Amino acid sequence: MTFKDKLIQAYYQNEKALSFQDQRKKSIMQLEKNGFPTIKDEEWKYTNPLPILKKDYQLSASLSEISKEQLSQYILTETETYCIVFVNGQFSDELSSIEGVKCVICSLSVAEIQYPKLVKTYWGKALPKQSDSFVSLNNALCQEGTFIHVPKGVVVDKPIQIIYLTNGVSEDVFLQNRNIIIAEENSQVQLTESYQNTDNKSVFTNVVTEIFAHKNSIVDFYKIQNDRHNCSIIDNTWVNQDKYSTCTVDTFSFGSKFIRNNLSFTLNGQHAESNMRGVTLIGENQLVDHHTLVDHAVPNCLSNELYKGIYEDNAKGVFNGKVMVRPDAQKTNAFQSNNNILLSNEASIDTKPQLEIYADDVACSHGCTIGQLDENALFYLRSRGIPFKEAQATLMYAFANDVLSNVKIPELKQKLNRIIAEKLGVDISLEL
Amino acid sequence: MLKIENLKASVEGNNILNGINLSVNAGEVHAIMGPNGSGKSTLSSVIAGREEYEVDGGDIFFNGESIIDLSPEERAHMGIFLSFQYPIEIPGVSVSNFLKTSLNESRKAQDLEPIPAGELLKMMREKMELLEIKKGFLSRSLNQGFSGGEKKRNEIFQMAMLNPKLAILDETDSGLDIDALRIVANGVNKLRTKDNATVVITHYQRLLDYIVPDFVHVLHDGKIVKSGNKNLALELEEKGYDWIIKETQEL
Repeated sequence: MTFKDKLIQAYYQNEKALSFQDQRKKSIMQLEKNGFPTIKDEEWKYTNPLPILKKDYQLSASLSEISKEQLSQYILTETETYCIVFVNGQFSDELSSIEGVKCVICSLSVAEIQYPKLVKTYWGKALPKQSDSFVSLNNALCQEGTFIHVPKGVVVDKPIQIIYLTNGVSEDVFLQNRNIIIAEENSQVQLTESYQNTDNKSVFTNVVTEIFAHKNSIVDFYKIQNDRHNCSIIDNTWVNQDKYSTCTVDTFSFGSKFIRNNLSFTLNGQHAESNMRGVTLIGENQLVDHHTLVDHAVPNCLSNELYKGIYEDNAKGVFNGKVMVRPDAQKTNAFQSNNNILLSNEASIDTKPQLEIYADDVACSHGCTIGQLDENALFYLRSRGIPFKEAQATLMYAFANDVLSNVKIPELKQKLNRIIAEKLGVDISLEL
Repeated sequence: MLKIENLKASVEGNNILNGINLSVNAGEVHAIMGPNGSGKSTLSSVIAGREEYEVDGGDIFFNGESIIDLSPEERAHMGIFLSFQYPIEIPGVSVSNFLKTSLNESRKAQDLEPIPAGELLKMMREKMELLEIKKGFLSRSLNQGFSGGEKKRNEIFQMAMLNPKLAILDETDSGLDIDALRIVANGVNKLRTKDNATVVITHYQRLLDYIVPDFVHVLHDGKIVKSGNKNLALELEEKGYDWIIKETQEL
């Protein structure tokens, strides 16, 4: 049985027990009809999902024990944070720490019981009518995830970490989760999200995150993609912004063997600001694909996009940045930049800016570069006693720094610096 | 300290150095002068270990040890310093972090512990004073947006921090106004001891009014064609290079 058939069967076996039956039904029918995308689809031209779809995955994993000590190596420890942790797809009460928080942080299944109205109002509402098969799949079958609701005027005092662990699984496993994050008027929240497998089995995660940034709210969302090399993730993040809101989604991709990020912003209210940035640093047999979409539906909004990538060995990068400026969206400012360094002859990057502008009074720019490390700069650093590897690392870090310098959580920045130093195999302080 | 024997070097198949012989002892200042394209900058790059240059023959000894197979960083760790004619702009790397990394990597090579932060800061302040460098300088991106004078001052500041045995100053005077020249030269002079040596590579005599050489060598066509004392530099200033070139050709 193919993976697709297995999923469809699982749906019909469970159908009666699921919430949102109408929507789910529509979604599974879409999946049945369309199947999974192939490289013949324009949106998947450079990224072939077939290898990860061919495996025989279990569709769930049984509960597993993991200690706080084990967890500590994967999370931000130096900072005081709130933490919501899932193990093998199940919410873990012991590992989560949300005491004293002035907003709602809970699992989606709990939210459906405790906040049915809210869940009903927001579930699936950030998604487009026609969505790709992975979003349909998540819509059809996904029942668990993180639910965060920040009430009006609340500034959440500490960052919230969202952590998904897989541990002690005996077979390759496919997991899905749905995150819903709602920031009400005048609220502020910072979030981090990471996925971590602790085992040698393959984990394939298909996640949908819906973010709703209401009037004048500020949402900072940092994705840390540093999972083991036996993991794959398809991340679909949809952001809906109301007027005067600011939403940032930064993605740091170092791990996994296959990462596809579909990140979409819809600007529904004037004077909203969207920021999306990324650092990708990958090597042997790794692929990271960033597909972004900014939909300027109304006038006077600003979007900033900056993605930096460094590719070693036979790593493969893809960047596709679509910016849509609708006829009414006058005075739009939209900036996009994608810069890449290829460190080997086998590494590759396919980069494609895609601007569709239907308004005439706008400022939009885009640019992409592909290059190597500057030999002159390398010699300069080495002539000052900095060894080759460290000199390379210093230049790579400097290259990525205009993204990293925007990270507003100091401990996260330090953690990212450590990950980068480790990934580059150097023991130097990369603080600049 | 430095002994160059019949050094031949090329880049992309073009012979640039055609048999250089040079001996520099501790405590000495040598000036290497020569017209454009004579191989001055190549010589400095080859001594510092730039890999784009192919050494086709001869040898370079530093304190008795052949260094031609060593990497640039290994040579730096031995105490060789090159002040660049065109210092490289490196956005995103601050002057202070660069110096810290540079100093600590050199210490690591000598099995020394990293320099304590307080000590490093104190040292930086002292050396900054020597070169009349302003406070905010340390947090700026390395050479990025620096004026010509700031770049050269930064080179000598690095030299002061790294305290090399052999400093090669490649066209340090180019792009400097007279005040900056005085500050830079003054810095170099203050760093001189009987245990270190300086090789000044320059096009013009001007710098040598400030950094007075013990020996002056004229480089032409990848060879040292004439050596003398500081008066040779004055003579060159007055008469240009042509007479030496002619003299060489007649030989």
